[in-house]
Amino acid sequence: MFGLHYRLERKAIGLTLAIVGVAAIGGIVEIAPLFTIHQTVEDAPDMRVYTPLELAGRNIYIREGCYACHSQMIRTLRDEVERYGHYSLAVESKYDHPMLWGSKRTGPDLARIGGKYSDEWQVAHLDNPRDVVPESIMPAYGWLLRTTLRTSDLGANLQAMRAVGVPYTDEMITNATADADGQAAPDTPAAAGVAARYGAATTIRAFDGNPRELTEMDALVAYLQILGQLTDAAQKPVASIGE
Amino acid sequence: MIGQLTKIERQVALIILAVLAVVGLAMAAAGQGDPFGAQGAIVLLAALAGLFAVISGLFEPEPEQDRLNRYYDDPSKIGILLAMGWAVFGLFVGDWVAWLLVNPNLTFDAGWSSFGRIRPVHTTGVIFGFGGNALIATSFYVMQRTSRARLPDQLSPLFVLFGYNLFCLLAVSGYMMGITQSKEYAEPEWYADLWLVIVWVTYFIVYLRTLARRKEPHIYVANWYYMAFILVVAMLHIVNNLAVPVSLGGAKSYSLFAGVQDAMTEWWYGHNAVAFFLTAGFLGMMYYYLPKRAGRPIFSYRTSIISFWGITFMYMWAGSHHLHYTALPQWVQTLGMTFSIMLLVPSWASAGNALLTLNGAWHKVRDDATLRFMMVAAVFYGLSTFEGSFMAIRAVNSLSHYTDWTVGHVHAGALGWVAMITFGSIYASVPWLWKREAMYSARLVEVHFWLALAGTVIYVFAMWNSGIIQGLMWRTYNENGTLAYSFVDSLVAMHPYYIARAIGGLLFLIGAVVGCYNIWMTIRIAPQEREPAIDQPAPAPARAAVLQPGE
Repeated sequence: MFGLHYRLERKAIGLTLAIVGVAAIGGIVEIAPLFTIHQTVEDAPDMRVYTPLELAGRNIYIREGCYACHSQMIRTLRDEVERYGHYSLAVESKYDHPMLWGSKRTGPDLARIGGKYSDEWQVAHLDNPRDVVPESIMPAYGWLLRTTLRTSDLGANLQAMRAVGVPYTDEMITNATADADGQAAPDTPAAAGVAARYGAATTIRAFDGNPRELTEMDALVAYLQILGQLTDAAQKPVASIGE
Repeated sequence: MIGQLTKIERQVALIILAVLAVVGLAMAAAGQGDPFGAQGAIVLLAALAGLFAVISGLFEPEPEQDRLNRYYDDPSKIGILLAMGWAVFGLFVGDWVAWLLVNPNLTFDAGWSSFGRIRPVHTTGVIFGFGGNALIATSFYVMQRTSRARLPDQLSPLFVLFGYNLFCLLAVSGYMMGITQSKEYAEPEWYADLWLVIVWVTYFIVYLRTLARRKEPHIYVANWYYMAFILVVAMLHIVNNLAVPVSLGGAKSYSLFAGVQDAMTEWWYGHNAVAFFLTAGFLGMMYYYLPKRAGRPIFSYRTSIISFWGITFMYMWAGSHHLHYTALPQWVQTLGMTFSIMLLVPSWASAGNALLTLNGAWHKVRDDATLRFMMVAAVFYGLSTFEGSFMAIRAVNSLSHYTDWTVGHVHAGALGWVAMITFGSIYASVPWLWKREAMYSARLVEVHFWLALAGTVIYVFAMWNSGIIQGLMWRTYNENGTLAYSFVDSLVAMHPYYIARAIGGLLFLIGAVVGCYNIWMTIRIAPQEREPAIDQPAPAPARAAVLQPGE
């Protein structure tokens, strides 16, 4: 064995090929089957895609690095399930490009934060967390309320999401900008379009309390309020999942 | 620097920089109203600065032919200075974010300075800025000496070095503008990723071309590690960053994979960035500088073979231990845990090999802080690989995951192993490279050593405490069978440890500043000694001699 190596280490190309070959095995065995084994991701026919406003909010969540302190992955441990809700299912992040499971909880898990607090609480908390939780060490995101949301490129964003496999329809892509406005402006014609395209259960509210202007705060709160609500798969009896 | 380039190389440099300037201009124009435009402006400015430097040296005399009898060390010298600059920057930002966890108001009311944006500035600054530059600088140095061959040309190593720093600059400035993929340790967006691929391929070609010219039949162990570092990082980088950009005039992209597959790919990348960036590359450093400084041969050649292939094979399976109890299928978690535990064998083989090499030189470890940096690095390498295997066990991970324990573990490796071996190697190289007898002040090396060690120990102990307390508080039940503590209770309990951590980080930062001063003074004082005669590539054999008649 050492004699073989004695010859191998005299050849740069041989060594190169050996390193690449040896290093490739682990990834091939562990990653490739995740795409082919059907049980890896449960079936959830009711799973819906993010609306343009929620997607914009998700992009703000990414931009501000929220994932550095908040996980979105409840593990299958009793204390986690009791603290945060049903453990996370793979299907719940199947439209997450990229996933935001996180690796650190400086703050609590957010996988099921949607609907847990009111919009007013979320806005006040993001504006200055210490106004509502005095001990909090989370940064204040005051500028979100002051910044108008950029919506002109949301159609292109949906298009790119479709290119990586998220089933957005042509109609959704064409109306992306109008739908972003509509989701934060209830009782307008645009709002009706959102409900028609993304389902009647879609939350349509003036998330930051001001229906006249669409801010980054609207988008981020819309995203936080949908976390854990895209499918009911976790609420169903376990036996029906994956059938 | 430009004086070392031949006329042709100067012209090629002008062409490369002109193309880069055009690309920067196009990015700036296409990305108006988007941070992408500002990134284009940075590319343009970098290219213009390069053009200015090349043009101002364009008519300097060509380098003499006898340069080929000496090693080409300009890239190593510049790389070491850049590494120290990034170290101070990255450690400063790191300590800043540490204080932000003590008091969240220690920042400005603006996006660029908020915790979530500058935390990746810290990680990229220290891992890729400091670590990457140190690896590039030392790899050029080590490869030439162990092959007894000069770098193949003068331009491509400089392209690798400056191109890599442009990547780092785009990365950290991008985070502050809000450009990030959110993949941990792979945050830069698609255009920076593509640029890094170009730089990285050039890097490997430089490596192969130098090895092809080597006068030593065997490729030395250090080079196996540097090669594994370059090759596998390329593989990881390309697969993990596969993405579809929203437009060619914007920074945003969507990653090709989603959910569970994306998570597995990310941690296959993430854990092997630890393995092949932060371990293999620095083991290459250790295998050259430690025996050299100690004046002892490597203890066991066979152990280095076993540990090299063990690390190369087994690390690639270990990433899934970051995903215990998640929605990742259990069989993958189990494989990750199994290989993580087996990894202890090659890891301790390397650490043991390093420490046993010091047998017969322990009096030098006592007297020489540079060698002591390397010795302590090997000890921390052994400790953190043990801790890593331990934390990969599913039951342990249920407590440690998501807590500060992970942060402590990473810093035991990053401060104790990576930074310590780097400082040791830099303190060894600087006098060799600048032809000085020794560092300006051995005392200041000593000061740096103790500041670095104290900072690391304080940091790691603080995070062990906070992490374990956090993990226990989250899972504690009261006698009624309900959770005993709210999340905020656990947060409040962290406060004293966050203060201790920030102080530990501050000590480490001060040490790096002392190191910069010492290196600067070493370079400034006049050379005392002529170049040692042996530090030269082997002369090229005369062609005629090869073809003796009758052979």
